[in-house]
Amino acid sequence: MIGFLMRRLGHAAAVVLVVSVIAFSLSNLIGDPVASILGLNATPSDQAALRERLHLNDPVALRYLHFVEGALHGRFGTSYTAQRPVAELVAERFPATMELSLVALVISVGLGVPLGLYAAVRPRSRLAALLMSLSVIGVALPTFVFAILAITVFSVALGWLPSFGRGQVVQLGWWSTGLLTRSGLLSLILPAISLAAGQIALVARLVRAEMVEVLRADFIRFARARGIPARLITFSHALRNTMVPIITVSGIQLGFLVAFGVVVEQVFQWPGLGTLLIQALGSADVPLISAYLLLAASLFVAINLIVDLLYAVVDPRLRTGGQLARA
Amino acid sequence: MTALLHTELARSLRRSPWAMAGGLVLLVILFGVALAPWLARSNPYDLASLDLLDSHLPPSWLPGGDPRFWLGTDGQGADILSLILYGLRASLLVGVLAVTVSVVLGTTLGIRAGFTGGWVDALVMRVADVQFTFPAILLALLIGGISRMALDEQARAASALALVVISLGVAHWPHFARLVRGATMVERGRDYVAAARLIGHGSVRIMTQSILPNVLNAVFVLATLDIAFAIMGEATLSFLGFGLPPTQPSLGTLIRLGYGNLFSGEWWEVIFPSLTLVILVMAINAVGDWLRDALNPRLR
Repeated sequence: MIGFLMRRLGHAAAVVLVVSVIAFSLSNLIGDPVASILGLNATPSDQAALRERLHLNDPVALRYLHFVEGALHGRFGTSYTAQRPVAELVAERFPATMELSLVALVISVGLGVPLGLYAAVRPRSRLAALLMSLSVIGVALPTFVFAILAITVFSVALGWLPSFGRGQVVQLGWWSTGLLTRSGLLSLILPAISLAAGQIALVARLVRAEMVEVLRADFIRFARARGIPARLITFSHALRNTMVPIITVSGIQLGFLVAFGVVVEQVFQWPGLGTLLIQALGSADVPLISAYLLLAASLFVAINLIVDLLYAVVDPRLRTGGQLARA
Repeated sequence: MTALLHTELARSLRRSPWAMAGGLVLLVILFGVALAPWLARSNPYDLASLDLLDSHLPPSWLPGGDPRFWLGTDGQGADILSLILYGLRASLLVGVLAVTVSVVLGTTLGIRAGFTGGWVDALVMRVADVQFTFPAILLALLIGGISRMALDEQARAASALALVVISLGVAHWPHFARLVRGATMVERGRDYVAAARLIGHGSVRIMTQSILPNVLNAVFVLATLDIAFAIMGEATLSFLGFGLPPTQPSLGTLIRLGYGNLFSGEWWEVIFPSLTLVILVMAINAVGDWLRDALNPRLR
């Protein structure tokens, strides 16, 4: 177990290290930070002072260490376009993205798992057939197309739900929440469903496939032969054995939610990290992009790590084996 | 042998209505795309052919519609159906090219890694692992977006297509590398490889002439399904503004441009390209799923 843990940690650290080098080299490859921060009309002495303050006269290796030190302390430099600390911008946008992603995760797992289980337990039911055909369409429906179709119906045609922004937010300390006001909740509905839609189909399919597999296993047949009630078999014996894939799926889910969150935020002009990234990419705001890269890499690495550890907790067989069977 | 394969393929195609439908749709789309210059009423690449008096017309069956423009027109008077035909062309082109990049990269590195093992294998698979940490679409967005920043306005416009192709292709190569590496490690131990070695064939010759043909089936199946991903990826990038520009629109670009007019009620500019995209991806998926089952049941 210790060896397994160390290996996974080493792997995670390597990924973050590689990404940090990439994030650091961006500022060297693209544009001149001094010109980007001060503008073109700065005096040479101002430029020299800033150059010194940003450690730009140091050797590359030393500059990289400064970069890492800053990042570890949450200092990612100053955004070129907003002329404010990157950390401040990120902290401001973070709650919006977090609320959207979590609500979408709850919807996709909360609907996907029961639907998948149902389709596995009652494969011949009409709901199962409907579910499977819907998932064929779901797989072919890019997130932004779903979002636009939803806006067309519910905002433009029916006028029921708002199509952009976060509505009214309430400030709780530094966290701004849209979950406490009516307009905030209404504004959340379409983005969260759009983000969850594609994932519901994915979760349901994976859970169904896994459950079908487990229900065919010998121990389930023996349990039936022993006369254990079907309900107990399904929910106690079988469900427990589908936990591993469900955990993986939730982990992968979170990654997808972050990735497609960028798309959904752009469609709905949601004031989160996704729209911030798109703006940064559009305006070559290097410090912002470096920060996003590092944060995203840390997040994905953390998700993978947690998923792997949960694996080991849920499935004792995996604790001793060196090789992990990844889905 | 090939004749047998063909009849077997044909038989299994007849047995699966979804694949038949998908194949038919694809055929129609390919015809439409190939004949676009003759079928299309207006050429989006030639602004002189457009008449502003025709702008913002609804589909022909609605009040105010013009029988010349079945699916209506956009703000510049371009026929939506023509735009879709040209957009399909761009989307398909990017999809096929991006998958080609992934296939070439992934197959070369995968065979090399699986055949030689050792540090090459470790390196290739580590890089693939790092990439797998990120969702592919986010990776493509970052690769595309960051490379665009390094270019000036003019270079950006000239290389838009190449950038999308490369960012999507690079984002997806690990899928092929992993598949090919696994298959190569199986083939490596087979008798025919030992025989080839015995008669003095070098490693490169064994990799390209003995092993490659045996892993290509699986690659082909994955590539078909991957075209659907690439097309959706391209559409997503273009929608976000990091794909093809309005001067050479793909379906994603059309959806982005149309989305701007959705709130003034011109739904046809966004809905028809969206539906086309969904139908195209569904058709490719149907054919790809059937190919997978027919050619390589192990991949299920």
